[in-house]
Amino acid sequence: MTSLLVLLVVVLLGVAVWQLTKIFDLTQIGANASDDSGIANDKDNNINGYLMFAFLVFIYITTIYCCVKFGDLPLMDNSASEHGPDVDRLMWISMILIFFVQTITQALLHYFAFKYRGKQGKKALYFADNDKLEFVWTIIPVIVLAGLILYGLYAWTNIMFVDEKEGDPIFVELYAKQFSWEARYAGEDNMLGKANVRYIEGVNTLGVDMSDPNAQDDKVVQELHIPVGRKVIFKMRSQDVLHSAYMPHFRAQMNCVPGMVTQFAFTPTMTTDEMRQTPEMVEKVARINKIRAKKSAALVAEGKTALEPYNFDYLLLCNKICGASHYNMQMKIVVVSEADYKKWLNEKGTLSKAIKEANAPAEAPAATEATSAPVADTVKAIAQLVK
Amino acid sequence: MSAVGHDLSHDHGHDHEHHHKDTFITKYIFSIDHKMIAKQYLITGLLMGIIGVGMSLLFRMQIAWPEESFGIFKFFLGEKMAPGGVMKNDAYLALVTIHGTIMVFFVLTAGLSGTFSNLLIPLQIGARDMASGFMNMISYWLFFISTIIMLCSLFVESGPASAGWTIYPPLSALPQAIPGSGTGMTLWLISMAIFIASSLMGSLNYVVTVINLRTKGMSMTRLPLTIWTFFVTAIIGIVSFPVLLSAALLLIFDRSFGTSFFMSDIYIAGEVLHYQGGSPVLFEHLFWFLGHPEVYIVILPAMGIVSEILTTNSRKPIFGYRAMIASVLAIAFLSTIVWGHHMFISGMNPFLGSVFTFTTLLIAIPSAVKAFNWITTLWKGNLQMNPGMLFSIGMVSTFITGGLTGIILGDSTLDINVHDTYFVIAHFHLVMGISALYGFFAGVYHWFPKMFGRMMDKNLGYIHFWVTAVCAYGVFFPMHFIGMAGLPRRYYTNTAFPLFDDLADVNVLITVFALVGAAFQVVFFWNFFYSIFYGKKATQNPWRSNTLEWTTPVEHMHGNWPGEIPHVHRWAYDYSKPGHDEDFVPQIVPYKDGEEQLHH
Repeated sequence: MTSLLVLLVVVLLGVAVWQLTKIFDLTQIGANASDDSGIANDKDNNINGYLMFAFLVFIYITTIYCCVKFGDLPLMDNSASEHGPDVDRLMWISMILIFFVQTITQALLHYFAFKYRGKQGKKALYFADNDKLEFVWTIIPVIVLAGLILYGLYAWTNIMFVDEKEGDPIFVELYAKQFSWEARYAGEDNMLGKANVRYIEGVNTLGVDMSDPNAQDDKVVQELHIPVGRKVIFKMRSQDVLHSAYMPHFRAQMNCVPGMVTQFAFTPTMTTDEMRQTPEMVEKVARINKIRAKKSAALVAEGKTALEPYNFDYLLLCNKICGASHYNMQMKIVVVSEADYKKWLNEKGTLSKAIKEANAPAEAPAATEATSAPVADTVKAIAQLVK
Repeated sequence: MSAVGHDLSHDHGHDHEHHHKDTFITKYIFSIDHKMIAKQYLITGLLMGIIGVGMSLLFRMQIAWPEESFGIFKFFLGEKMAPGGVMKNDAYLALVTIHGTIMVFFVLTAGLSGTFSNLLIPLQIGARDMASGFMNMISYWLFFISTIIMLCSLFVESGPASAGWTIYPPLSALPQAIPGSGTGMTLWLISMAIFIASSLMGSLNYVVTVINLRTKGMSMTRLPLTIWTFFVTAIIGIVSFPVLLSAALLLIFDRSFGTSFFMSDIYIAGEVLHYQGGSPVLFEHLFWFLGHPEVYIVILPAMGIVSEILTTNSRKPIFGYRAMIASVLAIAFLSTIVWGHHMFISGMNPFLGSVFTFTTLLIAIPSAVKAFNWITTLWKGNLQMNPGMLFSIGMVSTFITGGLTGIILGDSTLDINVHDTYFVIAHFHLVMGISALYGFFAGVYHWFPKMFGRMMDKNLGYIHFWVTAVCAYGVFFPMHFIGMAGLPRRYYTNTAFPLFDDLADVNVLITVFALVGAAFQVVFFWNFFYSIFYGKKATQNPWRSNTLEWTTPVEHMHGNWPGEIPHVHRWAYDYSKPGHDEDFVPQIVPYKDGEEQLHH
């Protein structure tokens, strides 16, 4: 199918070009026996004027085709977080506005190009200024943008300024490293223990400071489970380079920056199972599985193993270039009921237990202070040099 | 002010009686003539463009047909980056990085601005040459050296820089994180430092020339819009490029001398590194303080070129000349206070996000004014559909399509979900990549007769435009949709996520359009190089234009005008003015008695 499509496009383009050349050649007949002046004559103006109009039609058709064919791809109306609908509504408003302005301005531009195509002896209108017009198309964007800015800032403030005391949030640390994610749950006390990469040792892969009382009941897992309807505050860290925790279905994204803790919070509104049963998702999964089945058939024919059928899961993707395997840095997110969440979390052992079992009690390396001092000196020395 | 310019330009005038003979080297290589330097920039920019676009085709093929073996990969990338003809994942990132670097800096900054600022500033303001021809020459040769170093970095053992064109540390600082951050990154930084020096020399020259060397009568409000945009672009460059230089230098310190400006608490390859106290977010601030103005450095000259060509070929004055200048100034000012919209989710204080959303969306206002003024310029015109005109109309079209999605990306709330997805790629490629390229092509077609004294073939120009226009939409329009579907950029393949399986067809479609579109650029290159030698000889003013460059002889000469420098009596846009027989009135024509005077 794909290769057929490709072939078709190539052939059609080839034909289009051949036709174009023909048309341009034909325009020369009768004008001057051989017009090689390089300057457009009336026939060129005519042809290109009509082509401008055709191009307007092309833009519209492309737009409609893309909306119909790919319109169900976007994540614009099946958000799974409490703030999601706010984002989606703003997205829709902006999109409708964009399509409206795009349709009108492209129409004017290309229609004028068609309508006023040049003709020998015609004289253009000497029209250099009109303050009223300038005022109109300054003030209209001002008003429209004022609305968009206000709505955007309102939504942004609600999403980003997180009150940690409000409600009963869960604290989860998202820990990024080349090329995988880990998560740390705060445990019974709902307080994450301190951490620094300098504490990394053996099974303590996140560098949790085990001398911190808050750290004793922390749990480290490789799959994120969160309860529906409860606010989750993510504290994000990175071990090596910049990463970005992108959870598109929740309209959530925040960079993970080595040396600092960033945060993002949202309240999931739909469990994984509920999401799987929405009509859009059923349709999407069916479509994807059809594609995969076809690919599998081809693979089996080559004697390779078939692809697994796809079932929907929320995902955490890395969305900041982080190295060679950036394209495959993901973690599954499972949204479940509060009860299931508690059950799942209780089954997980604490980090301190894991460390004891590994028989390697983490000792806080006292090196932090010692190593940083000479570095700070170097910085100072170089800063002085620069001065 | 213009009187001063007049005096200076006379002091600067050459004495043609004692003209010394040019050797091949002084004429074609170490030339200090602005027209030759413009041509050098043009040719270098075009060659870099071939490399930059070629790279994009390679990685587009990898996205469309992931991990398949291609002979062409083997040929271009070699056994090390593409064993058995299958592109490796770090080779993919290297290509993405160098494609971005080459296109943004070498093609659309140096290639576009360097060519047309050099060619047009002295010719359109009525000067014999740049304020400092020598510095101009140095500027070009530094640029040339920086391109050579960048190209050399492709061949080092550990591969070229691969951390994205934004080179965010720590990825760009640690060879343990990605091999390209070794020697390849060092060369990238050196190349960029030299490039910045070149750019600054060029910009200073442009600013000084425009301020001091205008001919008699050429007041600032009579300058063609091309000159206004080149002038403002140069100022933005002077303000912002040094900040990138400082970021690059600090990064060199971090990489080579053990400082911690941009890094802290890093554990990689089984060991804790010594870095303590720095922040990658600081680098992002420094980078985007240049990075965002940079996109205006790229697009403003294209806007100026398009304004000039639209007007000439519409046979109508530009609509709202003063509003156009005001909007350029407004864009320039705003461009320096919006960099944070690249960093909404970088971990900086969300309050800053609010501020940057506000300033960013404001840019839509002057941009809208420009777009409406261009459209009104066409209204009731007598449009001469020369190839340059087609590309100018095309530029307005892609600028609108690409610019509109800016109100989504500039809105911090919406940016959360589309940040770093293909939506961003679609947006900036249309609004600055394709638009600036169209401006570039428009300029080449329009001023080719001025540069080479010959005409390009118009029919080949038409084919070039129409196929490019269709393919550009075909490539970048569908990208909005896969971006809104959440597909992250800079993924070597999307096969790791079954979630994205239904985007595979779209990606094939995009790649096919890209391949066809790129293949048709051969038409342009053929037309360009053939016409340099065999094109029809140009007349002095083939487009019947008002500006001063068309009053110089077709054959190039040092000093531009054989006699005295012409005086200017009117603004540049008296097209189809009532009371004149011709539909254009060059700037050198004095006002008749009682004639209406616009813009003194």
